[in-house]
Amino acid sequence: MNGYGGSILRVNLTTGKIAKESTPPELTRDFIGGRGFGAYFLFKEVPKGADPLGPENKLIVSSGPLSGLMIPGAGKCDWTTKSPLTGGYASASMGGLFTAELKYAGLDSIILEGTSPKPVYLFIDDNKIELRDAAPYWGKSTFAVEKEFKEKFGEDFQVAVIGLGGENGVAFAHINHDYGRQAGRGGVGAVMGTKKLKAIVIHGTKSVPVADLEGYRKAGMALFKACKDAEMLKDWITYGTTIVTSWCDEVGALPTRNFSAGSFEGGKNLYGPVMRKEIVITDKGCFGCPSPCGKYSRMKRYNTNVEGPEYETIGMLGSNVGIADIQDVAQANLLCDEWGIDTISAGGVIGWAMEAYEKGIFTKKDTDGLDLKFGNTQAVFALIEQIAKREGFGDLLAEGVKKASLKVGKGSEKYAIHVKGMEQSAYATHNATAMLLAYMTCDVGAHHNRAWAITYDIQVGREKVVPEKVARVIWLQNFRPMFDVLGGCRLQWVELGIDRDLYVPALEAITGVHRSWEDLEKIGERIWNLNRMYWVRENVGFGRSWDMPSPRFYEEPPKTGTTAGQITKLQDVNLLLDMYYEQRGWDANGLPKPETLEKLNLRTLVA
Amino acid sequence: MRLYVDSTKCSGCRACLVACSLNLFQENNPKKAALNLIPHFPAPGVYEMKVCTQCGDCAEVCPTEAIKLNERGAFSVDFADCNLCEACVPVCPEDVMYVISELADYAWKCDLCGDCVNVCGTSALWIDN
Repeated sequence: MNGYGGSILRVNLTTGKIAKESTPPELTRDFIGGRGFGAYFLFKEVPKGADPLGPENKLIVSSGPLSGLMIPGAGKCDWTTKSPLTGGYASASMGGLFTAELKYAGLDSIILEGTSPKPVYLFIDDNKIELRDAAPYWGKSTFAVEKEFKEKFGEDFQVAVIGLGGENGVAFAHINHDYGRQAGRGGVGAVMGTKKLKAIVIHGTKSVPVADLEGYRKAGMALFKACKDAEMLKDWITYGTTIVTSWCDEVGALPTRNFSAGSFEGGKNLYGPVMRKEIVITDKGCFGCPSPCGKYSRMKRYNTNVEGPEYETIGMLGSNVGIADIQDVAQANLLCDEWGIDTISAGGVIGWAMEAYEKGIFTKKDTDGLDLKFGNTQAVFALIEQIAKREGFGDLLAEGVKKASLKVGKGSEKYAIHVKGMEQSAYATHNATAMLLAYMTCDVGAHHNRAWAITYDIQVGREKVVPEKVARVIWLQNFRPMFDVLGGCRLQWVELGIDRDLYVPALEAITGVHRSWEDLEKIGERIWNLNRMYWVRENVGFGRSWDMPSPRFYEEPPKTGTTAGQITKLQDVNLLLDMYYEQRGWDANGLPKPETLEKLNLRTLVA
Repeated sequence: MRLYVDSTKCSGCRACLVACSLNLFQENNPKKAALNLIPHFPAPGVYEMKVCTQCGDCAEVCPTEAIKLNERGAFSVDFADCNLCEACVPVCPEDVMYVISELADYAWKCDLCGDCVNVCGTSALWIDN
């Protein structure tokens, strides 16, 4: 099939059965690939009420039609599952080289089912596909295992591997790849760990067919030319995502001390130029990327290397826990990567613990003697390890901030910064109503990448609560995830500002099917609604209250920084939801109306 | 004319490899490319890229004279004349002469098409005298 690997690989870890199926053409028609495939398989195949960490849950790995082709940023891989962190839909996007290798091995998705009785890894070398004993690798760090596999099989083999966080079922464990790219959010690594699957090792030598070779080469080259001609290219390559650190600090969006403020007095030490000068040694790109945002860094003080830190990690493991030193942040990043936990959630849950400690809810008796004051770098390092090992105080934090705060009580719930159980990523939203709404309604919980609306807030007036703002968030939610569906990266459009219509002829030449962005956004809307129905199906009483943000963003204006004294009113939070539901075609409780499902051709699937 | 590389600018993205395979074989397959990317991770954390210098050593040892100068001044494999003897592979000083019989029925190398340069966003590759 043009643009596709052509097969879905199904691996049952319980029985050891491995089977290939042809990728169904109707699936490519209705859901295209990547995140679309993941959402479909999750809804269709994982039974209602499945325990996220039980054998009924599945982990679905998918590439898209752009993956592995000569298209800028064609290196995105989707990992979908039922989240152990939130109990709802989880879909984590991973960059690097894995998604391209899937295609060269002739695969569009791998569906991992059941639980293995003993540690195994999945070995794929074209048509040679086996589950192999992973006893020698179990208990080892992500980097150590990747290195061993690369030495054993060769640099051309790509590896996705969990650390101790995944092995121990940490609710926000990640999957690591290419020494620093992750499927980070929602606990996908914990699902892999409970399946006793330490790693997937993959190598493929097949060519990916396309419908119109000359048309594709022309359209692909036009996309690369647009990227290379972009004015922003040089600065973006120099700083990557850290280009926004100083801006966030200036506009009051940099999460500071558990989101109690949006500007950090030590922020200047974390800005992009400081990081570039002090620690970056190599620009590191995902597959086919002309504008690599990955920065590979060396921390002289620790004699270590890490990919990153990205902006999100700087926000969450820097200012949000009161750390004002880029080498310390980078080292915390490395520890999370090696132990196998998500840096964003780690920074969220540690920030919460620090605030609760400073407010007297925890004492040293609770924390095994750790002095959890904001800014205590060594305590942060210690907690990362404790969380991954589920030892001591870390065992509580390993549940994620929602469950941990409900368990502890004593008012600590108020400091738990999350939506639907997912720790909010690194944008403080005291006075940024579009970004706040984006977090409230994001399909996996409080994650930024579906609708990165913070710049729009600043552009049109941050406190404004108007239908146009809501429409912008919905448009972004329908449109941006389509890059994850196509198996590519959105950042060439977001950051270099290239014309998105350049993708249309490329996609047509690759797949042989013409789709305008209007067509693609309709598919985006269908997937968005399907995921909403997944939340409804899996959670009794799911509705409006699940979309509420942390009270911090409507009750506690920051005392310091750019947004000091500023806050969104509760009535405006509710107004945002009212307008959002209306524009989405959902009822007042946030459930898609029957006619909306009908319009999106979802009635049969969700029945 | 020949291809040059500054490995310190390479970000390891492999866009050049897929563009190369499209030129040489009209296929999407970086395993069939004529540039040699060697990542050194996690330490020291750098990429090493090797490219053809058009030194001509491969052409000199080819017993069937299958490697000839093309219109761009590059030594290029005439697929019809290659007998897969592999004499060219060990003499290549940059390890960018390829014979992999599982993947192709003839040897392949850089023919200086320039597509790798066109897709490289970090300007790590260029063509010059």
